[in-house]
Amino acid sequence: MNTAIILAVVASAIRLATPLLLAALGGVFSERSGVVNIGLEGIMIFGAFFSVWFTHITGNAWIGVVAAILFGVIAASLLAVISINLKGNQIIAGTAINLLAAALTAFLLELIWHRSGSTPICPDMLTSNPFKFLEAIPILGDLCKQFTPFVYLSFMLVFVTYYILWKTPWGLHVRAVGEHPRAADTVGIGVYKTRWTCVLISGVLAGLAGACLSVGTVGLFREGMVAGKGFIALAAMVFGKWHPVGALSGCLLFGLCSAIQIQAQSFGIDAPSEFLAMVPYLATIIVLIGVVGKAVAPKADGTPYEKD
Amino acid sequence: MKNKLKFTWDVLKLPVIAVIVGFIVGAVCILIAGSNPATAYAALFRGSLGSIPSFGETLYKVTPILLTGLSAAIGFRCGLFNIGSEGQYVMASIVTVAGAWYLQGLPSFILVPLLLMLGILSGGVWGGIAGILKANMGINEVISTIMLNWIALYLSNYLVRTVLNPSTILGDISKGHTVIVPDAARLTKFKEFIPAFGYSSAHTGILIALAAAVGMWFLLFKTTLGYEIRGVGLNPQAAEYGGINNKKNTFLAMFISGGLAGLAGSVQILGLVYMVNQSTELPGYGFTGLSVALVGLSHPLGCIPAALLFGILDNGSRQMQLSGIPKEITKIISAVILVFVAGSLLMKYVPEYFEKRKMKRSGVDGGKQASAGAGKEGI
Repeated sequence: MNTAIILAVVASAIRLATPLLLAALGGVFSERSGVVNIGLEGIMIFGAFFSVWFTHITGNAWIGVVAAILFGVIAASLLAVISINLKGNQIIAGTAINLLAAALTAFLLELIWHRSGSTPICPDMLTSNPFKFLEAIPILGDLCKQFTPFVYLSFMLVFVTYYILWKTPWGLHVRAVGEHPRAADTVGIGVYKTRWTCVLISGVLAGLAGACLSVGTVGLFREGMVAGKGFIALAAMVFGKWHPVGALSGCLLFGLCSAIQIQAQSFGIDAPSEFLAMVPYLATIIVLIGVVGKAVAPKADGTPYEKD
Repeated sequence: MKNKLKFTWDVLKLPVIAVIVGFIVGAVCILIAGSNPATAYAALFRGSLGSIPSFGETLYKVTPILLTGLSAAIGFRCGLFNIGSEGQYVMASIVTVAGAWYLQGLPSFILVPLLLMLGILSGGVWGGIAGILKANMGINEVISTIMLNWIALYLSNYLVRTVLNPSTILGDISKGHTVIVPDAARLTKFKEFIPAFGYSSAHTGILIALAAAVGMWFLLFKTTLGYEIRGVGLNPQAAEYGGINNKKNTFLAMFISGGLAGLAGSVQILGLVYMVNQSTELPGYGFTGLSVALVGLSHPLGCIPAALLFGILDNGSRQMQLSGIPKEITKIISAVILVFVAGSLLMKYVPEYFEKRKMKRSGVDGGKQASAGAGKEGI
């Protein structure tokens, strides 16, 4: 009985953390290179919508995922153009992407399906465990049963991100560009190119996060389905001090709090669910204040770079 | 005279072009949807300005976004990005409902101003927290206000579900909203003294918002505090050197910015909504406020036409929908305007740019080198 509840909570926490994690890793790439990406939310909306649309067209959810990535990259390139080449304000650019995504998808929804609110259910989804053999493992198998391909992908990407950013020369370049672009430029690192690459990678990851919410969870697109998850991802990234493994812990904290809220009844906990929902945000502020080791953003985060 | 005209055009160029581009992109979307842009825009303006009641409805839509626009504008002037207008709005809304309920019995002419003050204060405190975090610990206000937004939303949801629920106070069945604001606390509707306003929800809140715009203009450009706030926004180091207290002014700017967003919440509650609903999403007025401030060039008086524009877009969308055109078009137009403003070297209107331009204007190589050394790597 008790193990069943705990397993249910853990599985649900991990599932809820997955889209956040994908988007948060996107945030890590973008912000480590010095571009604040408030537009994660909007890119997720695009990803969620276009994956559903292309799944409907082709009947294959994997093609939907590819479409999510593609349109995530397109949305991210808008941020890149504005914040890198035009040296516009990154916060405004991100906010603009968020508004544009909500408006454009609602418009297309009406245009394509002649209805507002939500799309029909997709003919194909990615909601089942792709690795059946793992289910044979005792206890762990019960968890794996509930995992989607996105879960495995996101956890793998945590270590890939860590490896790329901290163990490869290019990762060093990225972090240099985010900390001190002028110095990086002086030693011959292309600041614009590096930032462009990172912002596009964040588009790939946030697009995937959107697909994870739609074809990877409910199998349809609903207006407002992203509902602030892009901002949560951003919070988780800050909680994790702009580090992929830290972001993982932040996302798990958010996932766990939501999972407990959902499962609170079976626990017989009377704690008001609103306060549980608040915990991760409070925790992030506490981390920011520096009670448990101060979180410091990359130094040039949010500042456009002007070549001489 | 000619020079003056040219100067005016230079200043207004960006928002005017942005709006034109927005409407052009909107027209393309309307064509894609298989309708005639001219018909659609005619419907848009007829629906928002075509009659006194429809204009009144537009005024109702303008009210909160003018106030959140002012909130964003004063932040920009101090070099701050108050993404937290959303949360400040939410906090003020719930406090206003609570105040209206527990202070009912007071005569209207005391109660209404008192509630508006409460709204300003609660929004101000919520913004002030981010201000303190920024001033004393250097925590980026964008990040802290994002957190504070959601904390405010969940706090509000909790109060709606428990303390302020009709089930707790009146013993009704549990509902998804708070108790309803008593009559004495409500703002007057225009139609009550000008019958021509008909069905519209326009209320005296718009007068409060306009007064706030003028007040903010006076504060920013005619008082020492405003001078100091702008000084911090233009160049914090220089301001500090000139004896201006950066920390104090950062806090005050966030407090005032939050207060204006709070006033928006209060006015919206007392003007028409009369209660707070449980919600999983932030209300969105804060984000529209950012657009208003940007199109209004962060000038309090510029926010008035900008808010009117977004009010027209919002209110006219219904008439457009009745003519068979997806109402999302107006949201696309707003978003495109924002994309354009963000992209077109918007820094021109954010304080840092003035500083850089001044350095460039002083022209000599020495100035350039200094700006290359100091200005670029992380303000």
